[in-house]
Amino acid sequence: MSIQIKNLSKKFNQVYAVNNINFSISTNKTVGLLGPNGCGKTTSIGMMLGLIKPTSGDIIIQNKNINTFERNELLSIMNFASPYVELPKKLSVKQNLEIYGRLYGVKNLSLRVNELAEDLNLKDFLNKKTGELSSGQKNRVSLAKSLINKPEILLLDEPTASLDPDIGDYVRTYVQSYKSKNKITILLASHNMAEVERLCDSVIMMKKGKIIDQGTSKEIISRHGRANLEETFLKIVRSKDEMA
Amino acid sequence: MRWHKIYALCLRHIYLISNSLPRIIDLIYWPTVQIFLWGFISKFFTLNSEYYSNTVGIILTAAILYDFLFRVSISYNIMFLEEIWSRNFTNLFIAPIKLSEMIASLTITAVFRSLIGLIPAALLAIPLFGVSVFKIGLPLLALLLSLYIFGVTLGLLVTSGLLRFGPSFENIAWASLFFLAPLGCIYYPVEILPLSLQIIAKGLPLVHVFEEMRNILLNGTVNYIEVFISILISIAYFIFGVIIFYVAYSGARIRGTLINMGE
Repeated sequence: MSIQIKNLSKKFNQVYAVNNINFSISTNKTVGLLGPNGCGKTTSIGMMLGLIKPTSGDIIIQNKNINTFERNELLSIMNFASPYVELPKKLSVKQNLEIYGRLYGVKNLSLRVNELAEDLNLKDFLNKKTGELSSGQKNRVSLAKSLINKPEILLLDEPTASLDPDIGDYVRTYVQSYKSKNKITILLASHNMAEVERLCDSVIMMKKGKIIDQGTSKEIISRHGRANLEETFLKIVRSKDEMA
Repeated sequence: MRWHKIYALCLRHIYLISNSLPRIIDLIYWPTVQIFLWGFISKFFTLNSEYYSNTVGIILTAAILYDFLFRVSISYNIMFLEEIWSRNFTNLFIAPIKLSEMIASLTITAVFRSLIGLIPAALLAIPLFGVSVFKIGLPLLALLLSLYIFGVTLGLLVTSGLLRFGPSFENIAWASLFFLAPLGCIYYPVEILPLSLQIIAKGLPLVHVFEEMRNILLNGTVNYIEVFISILISIAYFIFGVIIFYVAYSGARIRGTLINMGE
C-alpha cells in the first residue's frame, strides 16, 4: 500500500472536521476525494502532508507512520498542488522552480526544469514573473512545482478549479499521461465529477467529516441508482446524514 | 451623499477593527510608545543639557545602531510575511525542510538585508554630519553582533505570533521594535528611567549596548564585561525565541493554520 489511513480524526474546538476515517490507496492508483465544501477533504490532505496534527489515528505512507517517522523523509517523496496555494509572485517561473528543486534536493536540476518546461508548455514564460501569469499558466507552473521532485505520491486539491475547459482538459490529460509513465499514486480532491470519473480508479465520498461511501465510480453510481457521478454526488450531499 | 452608505463603509472598518485584537492593540500602542519615548528624551535633555555638548554625533551613532537592530528584525519579519502575502506558505511547510533550516536561512538573509541598509547610511553620515560610527572601533563588531542576535530574536518572536494568530499579527510585527525603544535607553542613559523600569531595562541587551556605545564615545574606554553581558543576554533571548517558535509551530499544526494561510 502506498497510503493507509487508519481511524483518522481531527477535532477543531470540539467539532470533528474529520471523524474516524479509514481508507487505503495502492501504488500507482488514483483515488478521488469527493464531498461538499467543509466535509473534511482539505483537513485530510493537510494531515497527510503533516501540516495538521491529527487528534487521533494513523497515517502510513509507504509503510512508514508519519507520526513516528522522520517527516522530512516522507515529504521528499510527496508533493502537493492546489490553486489556493501559490508561488512567490515576484520571482520568475524558473527561479521558483529552481528554489523548490533545491529544497527537494533534486539532482540535475536544470535538466528537470527544462523537462517540465517542455512537458507543461512553460518555455514561453519561464523567465516571466509568476505574478504576471494568467490563471491557466499559474496552474501549470504550480503543477510543475508539484512534480519537480518526481514524487511517488501526489496530492492534488481541485487542480482544475477556475480553469477554462480547454486548459482544464490539458491539465487532466497531462496528469493522466504523467501517471501512466511514472507510476505514481495520486489523491485527487475535486468538485469536478467528470474529472474524477475520468482520472480516478476509485472514489471516496466524504460528508461532515466521515466517509460515507467508497468504490469505483461505476460501483458508487449503481449503488445509488443514478446516471452519473454528479447526480450521485447531489443525492448523497442532499440526503440526511446517509451512511454507507 | 447618502448617510446609510457612509455608515455601511464605516461599519466595514469598525467590524475589521473590532474583530481583531491585534488591530486594537496596534491602535493603542503607537501613541503610548511615542509618549513614553519622547517623554524620557525630553526629561533627559531638560535635566542634562550639557551631557552631549562635547561629543558630536552620539545621538546619530545611536540612531544608526538602533536602525541596524530595526532592519534585522523587520527583515526577518518581512521575509516571513512575504511567504504569507504570496500564498506560498503551504508550499514551504510541505517541503522537506527542518524548522532549524528555516530559522537559519532567515537569520542569514536578515544580516545581508540589514547591511545593505546600514553600510550606505553609516558612510553617508561621515561627509554629511561628520559623524562616523566606525569611531567606536573594533568593539563596534561586538555591539553589532549583540544587536543582530537580539534583532533576530525579535523577528523569531513576531514570526511565532504570525504562526499563532495568522496575518492579523502583521501590525504587531511593524510595531515590535518601537515597544523596546523607550526601555532600550537608546538616546539617554538608563538612569533617566524610573527605578522599576531600570530593573526591567537592564534585562534587555539594548541598554548594555547603548550604554557601552556612549561610554566608548564619551570616555574613550571599553568595558568588555558590558559588551560580553549584552551578547550573553542576546543569546539567552535567542534561545527563548527559538523555543517559542517551535511551540508556535506545534500549536499551528494543532489548530490547522499552516494550510491555506494567506492575506
